[in-house]
Amino acid sequence: MELKKKILGLIEHDAKLNPKTIAVMLDEDETVVRETLKLLEKESYILGYNTIINWEKFGEDGVTAMIEVKVAPEREVGFHNVADRICRFPEVRSVYLMSGTYDLSVVVCGKTMKDISKFVSQKLSTLDQVQSTVTHFILKTYKQENFIFEEPEEDKRLVVSP
Amino acid sequence: MNTMDKYISTVVKSVPPSGIRKFFDLVTQTKGVISLGVGEPDFVTPWHIREECFYSLEKGYTMYTSNHGLLELREEIAAYMKRSIGVEYEPQDEVLVTVGVSEAVDLALRTLLEPGDEVLVPEPSFVAYGAGSSLAYGKPVSVPTFAADEYRLKPEHLEKCITPKSKILILAYPNNPTGGIMDREDLEALTDIIIKNDLIVISDEIYSELTYDNKHISIASLPGMKDRTVLLNGFSKAFAMTGWRIGYACGHPDIIGAMTKIHQYTIMCAPIMGQKAAIEALRNGDTERKKMLESYNCRRKIILSGLKEIGLECFEPRGAFYCFPSIDSSGMNSEDFCEKLLVEEQVAVVPGNAFGSIGEGFIRCCYAASINNIENAIEKMGNFLTRHRSV
Ligand SMILES: Cc1ncc(COP(=O)(O)O)c(C=O)c1O
Repeated sequence: MELKKKILGLIEHDAKLNPKTIAVMLDEDETVVRETLKLLEKESYILGYNTIINWEKFGEDGVTAMIEVKVAPEREVGFHNVADRICRFPEVRSVYLMSGTYDLSVVVCGKTMKDISKFVSQKLSTLDQVQSTVTHFILKTYKQENFIFEEPEEDKRLVVSP
Repeated sequence: MNTMDKYISTVVKSVPPSGIRKFFDLVTQTKGVISLGVGEPDFVTPWHIREECFYSLEKGYTMYTSNHGLLELREEIAAYMKRSIGVEYEPQDEVLVTVGVSEAVDLALRTLLEPGDEVLVPEPSFVAYGAGSSLAYGKPVSVPTFAADEYRLKPEHLEKCITPKSKILILAYPNNPTGGIMDREDLEALTDIIIKNDLIVISDEIYSELTYDNKHISIASLPGMKDRTVLLNGFSKAFAMTGWRIGYACGHPDIIGAMTKIHQYTIMCAPIMGQKAAIEALRNGDTERKKMLESYNCRRKIILSGLKEIGLECFEPRGAFYCFPSIDSSGMNSEDFCEKLLVEEQVAVVPGNAFGSIGEGFIRCCYAASINNIENAIEKMGNFLTRHRSV
């Protein structure tokens, strides 16, 4: 258990760390680390590996919206069924159940604002359980998953010092 | 241009320029260097500490402080000393806030030395003690320490260097450049000699928070040693605050009082912005500090395993963020090795002889660098060695 957590702690912020380096860092055997990683993937502790990309650099950054969704919960399953249905749309990035004035927070990506409004009006709002939606477009990303979207901070230290 | 050399004092002239400085000039002329040559953290000061400084500026804290430093900070330092090493100091007159440990080293040496007094400096060593001793009209005497002893200062080596003129013993553990530490037994083995020879210890504990197996032990915590020890520590390394220039000295009120006299006429006080930030570091800095320590530890393991793989023998450092491998197997001396490595592979490490002649045959590699840079540097050093060993 401890080893699993330690490995996850290391790769959470750097998926590229290779098993050999992880093994050295944790005083473990490289094969043990490889096996544990495989197991973590198999048992869905690790769901996948994303890359955090600053698409703005291409000038074609696409559109992302956060949609507040009010939902009528259903007997026995609560929000589960509708959340599950929303998750299945490929344009949906993430879905969270929220406390507060609305129920689900849905993050959606598209090429244009039109794509997103189409998704909301035709797919999301038309679900039986959905009562209302409020769409917020993201204007600029400053920080995502721990990464700040400015130019990376360079090493400002003197190259040699006592 | 006329030479003005004759106007320079003989004492200043007698101090050789820092070996690091020379190498620095060379490195700055080289492009695309991966540097394992730095002597400071690769973290920027944690945000909450920086933010506290902004706040103090907004509130208008831009004035002198008491010569001793803000009482609030001295109280935090005293509390920190008690919880970290178990020694109690009186914030009023046993703690002095300085401009880095660097100033504190100078103050302590100038306060304690009569012309001709000898300062025992275990080597390899940080560069300031020898030069500082000479500038204070004292005489540095190097005491050797060895990889075979994990760079611990051994009583037999110390005793051999003591003369009737010996007055000060420098202890700087965890050590720059070796990463060596002194455990309780190692320190206990020295106290009789220190007391018998009436030595004062200047204990530079700036890396005290950077130890990887055992908690740091201060010599000031051993019986009979508190009054004999001028304990120096600071914020540069543990809290990634090198540029803030805040350190401190703790010790007997007579010694701290005398150091304060020099400090008040030459420095007035340490900058208030740094002092405000330092208070925040001691109050709320532990979480970030521990994270940084964890991260150094990971990198320590990576560099050690890398050095081993390329065949450079290295004692396992227990503290600080340096390792000090032997380059015997390359057949080169330290300076040649470092220069060639820089020119041929654009990797900067520091020649061991910059830390005293006993450091010849070694190099200092700082692992406060990104994992990527460490791995690349090791690979390049490996190529370098293969090429030169086969010639
Ligand atoms: C052993 C040792 N003492 C003191 C210093 C200087 O510390 P400060 O930044 O507090 O002046 C250094 C910096 O490299 C060091 O390695």
